Amino acid sequence: MSSNDDPKTTPSPSAAHSIPYIILFFILGLAASMVVGWVIFPKFLYSQKNQPFDFSHRLHLALEDQSCQSCHFFREDGTFSGAPRLAQCIGCHDQMLGISENEAVFFEQYVARGREVPWLVYARQPDCVFFSHAAHVHGAQMDCVTCHGHTGTSESLRPYEENRLTGYSRDIWGRNISGLKSNSWDRMKMSDCAKCHLQYAEIHDSSVQTQRDACFVCHK
Amino acid sequence: MKLSRRCFLSFVIGGAAGTTLSPLPWKMMDDVAIWSQNWPWTPVPPDGEYTYVQSTCTLCPGHCGILVRKVDARAVKIEGRKENSLEGGICPLGLSGLQLLYGPTRIQAPLKRVGERGQGHWQTITWKQAIDEVAGKLTEIRTRGNPQSVACLVPTDAGTVPQLLQRLMTAYGSPNFLRMPSADDAYQAVLRLTQGVEGYAGLDVENADFILSFGSALLDGYGAPVRMIRAVSRLKEQKGTLVQIEPRLSDTAAKADTWLPVKPGTEVDLALGLAHVIIDRDLVDAGFITAHVEGFDAFAMMVRERYAPQAVAETTGIDAETIVRVARAFAGARRPLALYGRGKGQTPGSLKEALAVHALNALVGGIDRQGGVMGMPAHDYIHWPEVMPDAAASAGLRAPRLDDAGGDRFPHARHMVHRLIDKALEAPGDIQALLVTEANPCHNLPDASRVKAAFDNIPFVVSFSSFMDETAMQADLVLPNHVYLERYEDVPVQAGAAKPTIGLCRPAVAPLYNTRHLGDVIIQIAKAMPGGVADAFPWRNYEACLRETLGYRWETMHRKGFWVDEGFGAAADSFVLMDDTLGAIFMADSPVPAGDAAYPLLLVPYDSIRLASRYAGNPPFMVKTLEDTVLQGQEGFVEINPDTAAEQGLHQGQMVVLTTPVGEARVRLHLNEGTMPGLAAMPRGLGHTAYDGYLAGKGVNINQLIGAVQDPASGLDAVWGIRAKLTKV
Repeated sequence: MSSNDDPKTTPSPSAAHSIPYIILFFILGLAASMVVGWVIFPKFLYSQKNQPFDFSHRLHLALEDQSCQSCHFFREDGTFSGAPRLAQCIGCHDQMLGISENEAVFFEQYVARGREVPWLVYARQPDCVFFSHAAHVHGAQMDCVTCHGHTGTSESLRPYEENRLTGYSRDIWGRNISGLKSNSWDRMKMSDCAKCHLQYAEIHDSSVQTQRDACFVCHK
Repeated sequence: MKLSRRCFLSFVIGGAAGTTLSPLPWKMMDDVAIWSQNWPWTPVPPDGEYTYVQSTCTLCPGHCGILVRKVDARAVKIEGRKENSLEGGICPLGLSGLQLLYGPTRIQAPLKRVGERGQGHWQTITWKQAIDEVAGKLTEIRTRGNPQSVACLVPTDAGTVPQLLQRLMTAYGSPNFLRMPSADDAYQAVLRLTQGVEGYAGLDVENADFILSFGSALLDGYGAPVRMIRAVSRLKEQKGTLVQIEPRLSDTAAKADTWLPVKPGTEVDLALGLAHVIIDRDLVDAGFITAHVEGFDAFAMMVRERYAPQAVAETTGIDAETIVRVARAFAGARRPLALYGRGKGQTPGSLKEALAVHALNALVGGIDRQGGVMGMPAHDYIHWPEVMPDAAASAGLRAPRLDDAGGDRFPHARHMVHRLIDKALEAPGDIQALLVTEANPCHNLPDASRVKAAFDNIPFVVSFSSFMDETAMQADLVLPNHVYLERYEDVPVQAGAAKPTIGLCRPAVAPLYNTRHLGDVIIQIAKAMPGGVADAFPWRNYEACLRETLGYRWETMHRKGFWVDEGFGAAADSFVLMDDTLGAIFMADSPVPAGDAAYPLLLVPYDSIRLASRYAGNPPFMVKTLEDTVLQGQEGFVEINPDTAAEQGLHQGQMVVLTTPVGEARVRLHLNEGTMPGLAAMPRGLGHTAYDGYLAGKGVNINQLIGAVQDPASGLDAVWGIRAKLTKV
């Protein structure tokens, strides 16, 4: 006697009836987790912080004649200055310029008290990476936009988003939680460095990052 | 609709599928990996402003230029410097310098011994107490009319700090200012005897196309290590030739085009045998010989009579054909250069050998020309007012030196530390006090136990060491100097530099501890003493003295980190190849290692660039680079040939007792086909008893096993080995 004849193992009519429900619940589960993964998770993962006060790159760029390098310049020894220090700002802001609220905060909180502005740097790479602006800007003749996007024409500073787990800026992984990007400046993970350097190695045969011992070029 | 178990499972499966299709797991994987690198207990050095300080390394006589990378006030890395004549690049010791600066073995304040010598019981005292104590004790000895019983031991006599110390000795009334032994002692004597130059040898290795090295560890720390390694690389790139003469297949020998495993101690015969071939086949530089050389005929006669290739082959173990081939290649090269100085050049060696090697250079015209040996006059930038010794000092200065150097008996030697040690043991009252700066004789001199015993006979020993080394352990007072990364000092480069170069050592970081610059301490000691001693030191402090001494050079040195005088002194006027004095040296016996037939083997030391063997102890980074055939755990190794091992039934890794007439030690065996049969080889730089747990107790100090051997020709310490035997444990 085969087990198929056992009445206990024969599918009940109610089981066949429940198949659409099973599919429905599968889709519900799928949809819910997709919403969690794509929408809710990023909101939880990143905390938002505001810059000390707002700042318009566009306004400053229009007033300065040496484009980005007016404020983000190379020092004599080739190192890059990064975010401007108070001493630079005071070159113009030694007194209140205009009546905007931000200018008031800047002047009263920082200039008047001689305190450095604690800017939150969107593009700050972690400690384990050595990055030379000089090699890219002077050596490879790259422009700022390739990595930093159109920051120079922005009217205001967006909130700084910090990864709660790693403490890194969101700009490193990129705005798009999927990790996909459409512009060269959307992401700054190591794979993005590698992508460009691999191309560069093929074209120019001169990228040290693709040679033997290349790890130590950036991870010193 | 009824919520069944299946619906729930379906929901979960759908959720799992959805999750994998969302970025959540992939992003989390990345973030968790990063998170795990950022745990709060993971030490992360604080970030800060990056700066570089240009300075000069003083850990070996090479005096390479260095760049100290700093983050805010911390030094975080030492790099080589490229832009000067001191070649870029850095050796393992220079690279590990920060471990000396920040390591646990630093002496943090002036110390006074409270227990027995060597026990390591110390009491911290103030600088005023320390200086008063030294000045008081020295004054007491001087008042008793014994200023000549004070001796001073320094690593080098060039530069303002050693010169201040010598000045202190002169003003005080002691002629006993001694420099630690090195191959410079022999080179100095050779230059004085042949060229009448009082100075040091400049070796233009960069421009030579044939280097004949008499056991010089070109790739293991000879001269300025980085410069030598680069010179050898350049030589190979330019298809030049390197011939290495030594009984053990060292790294240098392995990279050489020809390796001549000569019987140890017969190098001088080989050199004169090569000279024989060069003269006999008329391969000499006739132009140079005619224009400059005196005594060529007498020299030619000597080598013709005594050093025919056949006879030399017999003595050295190198066959006559090879001798002829090497001699012809050497003389046939455009710019051949023969180098003297075994290993890193830490022992003076045989004056006869040094002279023979220098004669080879002269025969091929390689004197004072590109790619040759330059007779460099001693650095001459220190112009201080003459010391006016008072009556007590004059009396002391008239006394003979404790080591008899420079007198009638040893006219060719200037510093004979081994004789100072003998003196301390044989005539205990003759040495009342000893000042030691940046030298570690209790570990680095042959027969280190005997050196320690000699120290026991000296009633008052002052060490100025920055580290608790073996010598500081034997001291009564320790007045710690700043380490080289914390101080200003001029460091004239003498190690084979072919251009007169003065490096400037300058503070990369503020002094970490309650240490004080040796220059300042010397001035303060002098000023604390009555009579004429204080008058000889008109300077407010060391920095004032340094600035005044360097004068117009200061600005450039401060900016660039070094000073180079372009070009070298006048070309050779005359070169004495043979006269009565040289004849006597050539006729003298070669130094013979101690021991008799009861000791069938010959133990020789070798040098490694991975083992610091001078003042600085081996830093932990370097200890980690040693192979486990040199050091395994705490156990050191001795190398012998597999055939030698087979004769005695010994095998690889076996624990044996190595006995010499001087001492014995338990070591493991390493069988190495590159070691000549009958030879045993051990590295210098291990077997420390002082310092810290990273270094103390590791391996065996070869200086416990070999003893000084006085060179019959010069009186310098010419030890290159000792007879030894191995016994199974």
